Amino acid sequence: MRPDRAAGERWKRVVYPPLGIALALALWHWICVQFSLSTTVLPKPGLVLAAALERRDLIAAEFWVTLKETVYGFGLALALGVPIAVAITASKTLNLMFSPILIALQSVPKVALAPILLVWLGTGIESKLAIAWLVAFFPIVVDTAAGLQSTPRELLELARSLRASRWQVFSKVQFPAALPYIVTGSKVAVTLAVIGAVIGEFVGSSEGLGYLLLTATSQIDSPLAFAALFALAALGILAYLAVVAAERLLEPWLPPAADRRD
Amino acid sequence: MSFGVLEGVRKEFLRPGRSVPLAAIEEASFAFEKGELVSLLGPSGCGKTTLLRIIAGLIAKTGGSVRIRGEEVDAPHPDFGFVFQTPNLMPWRNVLENVLFPMEILRRSDGAAKRRALALLEMTGLAEFELARPHQLSGGMQQRVALCRALVHEPALLLMDEPFGALDELTRMEMNDLLLDIRARTQATVVFVTHSIAEAVYLSDQVLVFSRRPARIVEQIRVSLPYPRSAATRYSGAFTALEHRASRALGVLREPAHAT
Repeated sequence: MRPDRAAGERWKRVVYPPLGIALALALWHWICVQFSLSTTVLPKPGLVLAAALERRDLIAAEFWVTLKETVYGFGLALALGVPIAVAITASKTLNLMFSPILIALQSVPKVALAPILLVWLGTGIESKLAIAWLVAFFPIVVDTAAGLQSTPRELLELARSLRASRWQVFSKVQFPAALPYIVTGSKVAVTLAVIGAVIGEFVGSSEGLGYLLLTATSQIDSPLAFAALFALAALGILAYLAVVAAERLLEPWLPPAADRRD
Repeated sequence: MSFGVLEGVRKEFLRPGRSVPLAAIEEASFAFEKGELVSLLGPSGCGKTTLLRIIAGLIAKTGGSVRIRGEEVDAPHPDFGFVFQTPNLMPWRNVLENVLFPMEILRRSDGAAKRRALALLEMTGLAEFELARPHQLSGGMQQRVALCRALVHEPALLLMDEPFGALDELTRMEMNDLLLDIRARTQATVVFVTHSIAEAVYLSDQVLVFSRRPARIVEQIRVSLPYPRSAATRYSGAFTALEHRASRALGVLREPAHAT
């Protein structure tokens, strides 16, 4: 592509996305006015913005709570998921013993576990963290295990032909080869962790964006509910971008983007 | 005694649900000297790759014996180098780190190892590329890196499994000359698996022609064309005659029915 055309493309990249957002907001506003919708049903975008600005301290505080639940839950999922995946791929016995349990657990709708976890862990951060962990855990285990099992056979043979120790094979071949899979799993997991945290807040909590959303709707404060919704979306995007940033840091370890699975 | 001696090597695979095992190698016996380049030539899927893996100690044989320098091979030996059909470089390592991989495993990755790796890269025309990542290189260049990786620990025996089979014809011919050049400099002993008749004859001191599965050696051809060989060698009468002999042994060249 010629440089002048590339510059033209960049200009479009900067201008068009905000234009799309502006159009969507205008459409939203127009619908509210055209169908004379009450603020309770659908507040105008301006009202949502006003509510967000007015209650920004409250939203920021609740944002922080949900963010903590998400990050801790995801971190715990990563810290436990990767070693468990390593264990079940390294040992056939462990695999045979625990894979069925893992699959069975994975097929339980995690929302259904939320009330039980609440009884066990209370209405504090622990129960939210546990649910966020639970939903983020499986994609990490499954993707890490898949990555560890898909090491090219020839690389394993090369290591074996040099009489590499098990640890050498793992640390120099299998694990680095699985890293792209772990990153892919993490991208899915972090998005799920946000959902898990909000489910926990819905089921029983006195703080967090999910709680704010519930109380705002129960008080028929729709502008605030919508503001909380946008804050949640921002949180999800932020968490995802954090994983993408981590991926950038790992860049020297990852295959070229074209070969990646996602 | 010869450097490498195979006697009555046999390999059978068990098939699930069948009582009769599948014979991959019926019988293979041959010998080669230190510094020789031996080609195992045969149709695809005939079992020659299996034989190479047995020589490498990567898989167990059902019967017979493989002795390298008088020692029976029944496990991988770090004194062997292996080049696969595809380069199989590690995408997360740069070229130099890929070449140094065997030295890391053998815990000999020091300054001398790095100098040797760089010398090999220079020898294979990759002097400028030591910091490149594998995906930035062409297929031929990647296979040259794999060749350097197989040679970096100065193995006594280099085992190559159709290493140039995936390359285009011109690159392949270049790689053939490069291999002969490297062999002349390193005095390496090479066992080379291929299904290309021209490649086998061009490279080898000795060509062993294998039958279809179950593999057995149907013809043993001594190639006494002098080294260094060049493009001119490919068009000599002696070269063509050897190609014909190998083709007949493979059964791809039949005598015309109306021949007089």
